[in-house]
Amino acid sequence: MVSHPSDKNKNVARVGHPESLTALELRAGMKYLTEFRNGEIAQRMAREIRVITTRPWKIMEVCGGQTHSIIKNGIDQMLPSEIEMIHGPGCPVCVTPLELIDKALAIAAQPGVIFCSFGDMLRVPGTDADLFQIKGAGGDVRVVYSPLDAVDLAMKNPEKQVVFFGVGFETTAPANAMSVHVAKRRGLKNFSLLVSHVLVPPAIEAIMGSPGNKVQGFLLAGHVCSVMGYWEYPPLAAKYGIPLVVTGFEPLDLLDGIRRAVVQLEAGRHEVENAYERIVTFDGNRAAQKLLAEVFEVTDRAWRGIGVIPNSGWRLSAAYRAFDAEDRFQISGIHTQESPLCRAGDVLRGAIKPAECSAFGKECTPRHPLGATMVSSEGACAAYFNYGRFLSIEELAGAGTGLTGVVHG
Amino acid sequence: MAESAKTALLDLPKGTPDFSGWSCPLPLVGYPTIVMGHGGGGKLGNELVEHMFLPAFRNPALENLGDAAVLDLLNGRLAMSTDSFVVQPLFFPGGSIGELAVNGTVNDLAVSGAEPKFLSAGFILEEGFPLAQLAAIVQAMANAAHTAGVQIVTGDTKVVERGHGDGCYINTAGIGVLRPGIRLGPNRAKPGDAILVSGTIGDHGMAIMSVREGLEFESQIRSDCVALNGMIAEVLDAAGASVHAMRDPTRGGLASTLNEIAQASGVGIVIDEASLPVRVEVQSACELLGLDPVYVANEGKAVFFVVPEAAEKVLAVLRAHPLGREAARIGQVTAEHPKMLVARTAMGANRVIAQQIGEQLPRIC
Repeated sequence: MVSHPSDKNKNVARVGHPESLTALELRAGMKYLTEFRNGEIAQRMAREIRVITTRPWKIMEVCGGQTHSIIKNGIDQMLPSEIEMIHGPGCPVCVTPLELIDKALAIAAQPGVIFCSFGDMLRVPGTDADLFQIKGAGGDVRVVYSPLDAVDLAMKNPEKQVVFFGVGFETTAPANAMSVHVAKRRGLKNFSLLVSHVLVPPAIEAIMGSPGNKVQGFLLAGHVCSVMGYWEYPPLAAKYGIPLVVTGFEPLDLLDGIRRAVVQLEAGRHEVENAYERIVTFDGNRAAQKLLAEVFEVTDRAWRGIGVIPNSGWRLSAAYRAFDAEDRFQISGIHTQESPLCRAGDVLRGAIKPAECSAFGKECTPRHPLGATMVSSEGACAAYFNYGRFLSIEELAGAGTGLTGVVHG
Repeated sequence: MAESAKTALLDLPKGTPDFSGWSCPLPLVGYPTIVMGHGGGGKLGNELVEHMFLPAFRNPALENLGDAAVLDLLNGRLAMSTDSFVVQPLFFPGGSIGELAVNGTVNDLAVSGAEPKFLSAGFILEEGFPLAQLAAIVQAMANAAHTAGVQIVTGDTKVVERGHGDGCYINTAGIGVLRPGIRLGPNRAKPGDAILVSGTIGDHGMAIMSVREGLEFESQIRSDCVALNGMIAEVLDAAGASVHAMRDPTRGGLASTLNEIAQASGVGIVIDEASLPVRVEVQSACELLGLDPVYVANEGKAVFFVVPEAAEKVLAVLRAHPLGREAARIGQVTAEHPKMLVARTAMGANRVIAQQIGEQLPRIC
């Protein structure tokens, strides 16, 4: 069966193998997905949310994949006006610091380097260029679907230095950790990881501790929790008095997460709840957590648009430091320059909606992004732009009226 | 001969194709690969023409081997189109660059309302390219031209040094005769028009990607590469005056085609997401990679904008044709939100489907 679409690494590792998916499994998998996209049930769940909502509530979905799904499916159009979804900082592409992007560009431009990355990092603007431009100018930049593919490239190209751009939250960390683990076991001297991992719990602390915070409850990122479990979260729920609901990515998952958060808010409860039980357990993936603890250590991390959050990320531990691309390449002389117009930081903190930025859709579009939130399809600005949120929700809701009478083929 | 070559193609992409079944007079035994001399205009180039191109494409206009094909005057208005093909890999499940090169130009003519007649074929070959692969590509072109009922009447071959090409590039240009009385174009969609698509979307793009990125599913995704002129002719025979616009949504997928027509006609378009025909394998592969099938390429599908009264009739004609069995009515044209494509989601909400910037990129997580 196909597991969740966002579980890329897991799936891609499988599909490349001899034990690839059978047609039967594919069909079962799609049924599995379509069940969670049932429009009729979604309407019923939305009605229930309307019934139980008596006051205004502001709920943040942490993960960019959830933002993408909410906007793509129009979940926000189904909610009562009292409920405002605030889009959180959980887009790895968006929060990777500009300095690290510039380092990536500098390394990728070096002769003798094969620079590997997930696809959506290629268009993220650094200070002067993006990876596409480096590729166009002759840099060997390759899109891979798993960090282990980059390790294979290093095996096959012993005369080249292969660097993998390992960014992301806890979700992508196990595969990145596995890449250096395998590289070390194989004694590879030509593989390294340019790493900037960030963690969800410190981000929630930073948001709740920021002056003027409006967030009253969180949908926790389902796939982060599939790795980490949710044992880290009860202290946060208690400390800030907020409901935290582990939530998936399909429309019904999201509506269920929102519903459970509203039920708690209306009742004055603040607990950690799991609305994604088919994937997430309290303990999470212990084997992955063990590997992560071996390969990484906690460090302060800069979040693009937000700033440094203490103990909010991972770097390679001492035992694996030899695989750190920052150490290996010693890039210096980087002077970063963010666009003065870009308000990505306010968007990532949930202080403004993308369309409230004066540059949105004008100076800043997916074609000419000023900040990373306009680049990644999970970035809130890009999601708003791509799915037409330059229109108001009312305009958008009225747009489909011409459809009446369509006969379903 | 063609059968065994075809069987070999079906087994791709695992390793180099086996062309042992190839039985056309294989030229130049001393040269199993392309050398610079094949493009030099001398004996080697001539042998390539005589032993490979001519036997495969044979027709009276080509046989003269003159500097230009001489064609009898065609009656009526002519349509002309050209396209270049640089696909990698050259062989993929469901076809090769050869079928693409013929069908791509044939389809561009067909959706313009023309009956495709003649094609040219220009090859840019890389030094070292295996002749057996070229032979398979040429045979695929010959078969595709035969199926589409067009003749390849003139051609050219150039060879570039190793490292300066990607094995084989092909350019085709084509001429067709416009059907009399047909008035259609991307700028002619009218509010109220029903929008039909001739079958499942995204097959070609995901077939290419599954091979290119080494994503192998047990149930193989095959390209839909096919000539549409026969099916389109049946639609135009049945309801020619009712068709306002036709397009084959290739690169950029259905979304790009619908956006282009919305912009060219100054109208709004509304589609119903639940009505889009998408193969389960294609949908799954898209889910894995974080792609949206509306942006994924097709090579054998057509979109029709027809007056609403004719929609059911055209749909019936399409579904009766072997290439249109999975045809569906997917939406309609509206006077609201001009130049914008809006999708009704399965949730009953609406979203804009924008013109895409560059390629879709697989997401991190």
